[in-house]
Amino acid sequence: MNYIFYFLIVISIIAGALNGKLSDVVNAILSGAELSVKVAFSLIGIMAFWLGMMKIAKQSGLIEFIAKLIKPITKRLFNEIPEDSPAIGDIAMSFTANAFGLANAATPIGIKAMEELQHQNKDKNSASNAMCMFLAMSTAGFQLIPATVIAVLIGIGYKNPTSIIAPTLLVTSIAFISAIALAKIFQKYWKPQKNNGGKD
Amino acid sequence: MFQSVMNFISLWALPAIIITILTLGLIKKVPIYEVFTDGAKEGFKVSVNIIPYLVAIIVAISMLRASGIIELTGEILAPVLSHFNVPADIIPIMIVRSLSGSAALGIFSDIAHNLGPDNYATTLAAVMVGSSETTFYVLAVYFGAVGIKKLRYALLVGLLADFIGIAAAVSVCNLMYLR
Repeated sequence: MNYIFYFLIVISIIAGALNGKLSDVVNAILSGAELSVKVAFSLIGIMAFWLGMMKIAKQSGLIEFIAKLIKPITKRLFNEIPEDSPAIGDIAMSFTANAFGLANAATPIGIKAMEELQHQNKDKNSASNAMCMFLAMSTAGFQLIPATVIAVLIGIGYKNPTSIIAPTLLVTSIAFISAIALAKIFQKYWKPQKNNGGKD
Repeated sequence: MFQSVMNFISLWALPAIIITILTLGLIKKVPIYEVFTDGAKEGFKVSVNIIPYLVAIIVAISMLRASGIIELTGEILAPVLSHFNVPADIIPIMIVRSLSGSAALGIFSDIAHNLGPDNYATTLAAVMVGSSETTFYVLAVYFGAVGIKKLRYALLVGLLADFIGIAAAVSVCNLMYLR
């Protein structure tokens, strides 16, 4: 991450200078910083709501139940996590929220799942295999209906806006399965390193 | 049929989940109000915890977008990508997709309004934006919330999967809409 962070910023400054857009790049620091805080603060309410809901779900045994239900799949994907761990239930809930396009529920629940995975993580600074797998599943963004995109298409009078559901679903499935497969392959060959000086 | 079923599910998914959680909580004699407020307390802490990670990622990406390098990369890639029937208008979406969801949606919206409903670029852009999640944002928020600093292969896998998604979108749309 150190190199990526450095690369993104230095490249932007150099490219901005060459394009004569250096002042835009400098202004972007301020607007970007402002935007980050806005994003974080806009999350507080919905985050509180879903963390509250998830706590009820956990105490009533619902999350454990879901975890048991999908055990056959998660056993293979998250083989380092105990089968009855609450993390598995949270992961399933997060996946469901994503699939139905409930973005504002998916983020808090996803964070909850990540926290559960962190409990079982030995090195608290470094992502575990399970965390990388869950992140791969989340960044692939498996979604059944791209509601926002369809709304834009309806707005411009696209002939049959929902016709894009099928190709989109196919593409998102391919990306999702690839992400899982890649995470599986990488975890075999990319062992966690000890004390590599904060490198990635 | 498929459509109306899907719309029904989209509309009812959230209410159904909430009713299930609350009802089951009451049946199992969980003091739902207390437990809810107790869990909700965490909301503020988690949101504040992710601020440093969001600032790092969002500032870097805002700078990158302001620098004009995305347009430049697009110009370099255009001749290569035209072999795969990728219209030049689409290229910014391909580059920006993993970096910023709102930017990708904004570009898609521009394409849709400027090129209109009958243009292949509109369809391809729709599939590309609809099938993706913003890798950098998810990474910053999810890992930031728990304080992970060493990502290991997580970003690489996310970006490779994004690339596969782009290739899949181009192939699927080529097959469905151009033949």
